[in-house]
Amino acid sequence: MKITLGGVAAPGSSRLNKTGGWRVFYPEFLHIRCTDCGLCQKLCPEGCIFKADKKNFYADLEYCKGCGICAEECPVHDIEMRPEVR
Amino acid sequence: MYQIGVSQPYNNNLFAPGHTACAGCGQSLAARLVLNALGPNVIVANATGCLEVFSSNFPQSSWEVPWIHSLFENTPAVASGIEAALKALGREDEAIVVAQGGDGGFADIGFGALSGAIERGHNILFIVYDNEAYMNTGVQRSGLTPFDASTTTSPAGGCSFGNPTDKKPVAQIVAAHGAPYVAVTSVGYYRDLERKVQKAAGIKGPKFLQIHVPCPLGWGHDTSLTIKIARLAVQTGLYPLFEMENGEITSVVKITPKPRPVEDYLKPQARFRHLFKPGAEEELKKIQAIADENIRRYKLYEG
Repeated sequence: MKITLGGVAAPGSSRLNKTGGWRVFYPEFLHIRCTDCGLCQKLCPEGCIFKADKKNFYADLEYCKGCGICAEECPVHDIEMRPEVR
Repeated sequence: MYQIGVSQPYNNNLFAPGHTACAGCGQSLAARLVLNALGPNVIVANATGCLEVFSSNFPQSSWEVPWIHSLFENTPAVASGIEAALKALGREDEAIVVAQGGDGGFADIGFGALSGAIERGHNILFIVYDNEAYMNTGVQRSGLTPFDASTTTSPAGGCSFGNPTDKKPVAQIVAAHGAPYVAVTSVGYYRDLERKVQKAAGIKGPKFLQIHVPCPLGWGHDTSLTIKIARLAVQTGLYPLFEMENGEITSVVKITPKPRPVEDYLKPQARFRHLFKPGAEEELKKIQAIADENIRRYKLYEG
């Protein structure tokens, strides 16, 4: 590994480190009762929940660590945590 | 080197994923909310601590803004230098200077430098992520560890109920320096957090924000409960959220509909597990008394 002068790193380069492998449970977005509140997107510690369309959120499983905050905080329980199958 | 920074920020966040924070980390969430509220024109000086370690695994960085890591004890001094340099260049309006760190880095080890920087009146936003212990090195007690919390240096056992002292009132100490804006907020109240960050950014002079961030590893709760625990701390009265402008409390977050018993907050956390064994009833009463005193002092609930 080449050490740069001053230990400078490129902005946002931690994206190279895919943390999805940490996951034990993954969030299943049911898309049944979603009210489009966006709380899952707001409260995801990784910031890896995307909005594809109206009432259509999904998690980027390359980074999702499976903490379960989105499922816990969803006011209409439209997200379920399911055991990861590899 | 991989030039990922030239592309668009990931999901419009200024704090990129791929960092090595634990699942359910309250601090990584708070850091992202703070940066997104501030926008891209910030320069961050970051103390040693969890936030620095998990976000900057060389040669990678999670930050999409200029960011510098300093030592544990001198972050406010480094930020002071950045602010003075901007001033000398006549570019002080171009960026918000942020000095941030954990409760250890700001309330304990770096407290002298923080006091000095506020006294000198630098135009800096100081942010303390209060996870109530030195989590990075393995949960040692800090000045902001709450009463009766079990940590590795204040273990609960036959002769002890955990940390014997109450939280240090850092916000009030900073306000006593004459800082124009001091606020306490919580990651469980993200709208309050964003409002206070944006309000602080618009004020000239030293600003101080203390953010309550649950730590699933150190507090011993389920990773999914981070936000719930943060809200319960406020709803029980153990973590009052308030704003102080020029030394006076100008607003508080009221408890609605009514205060919860402290047991609701303590029970899901392993660091308070010893309080639910026989013989600890008196200790629970003491913690309830702390909450009641907070509710009375900050007028959190009138009923």
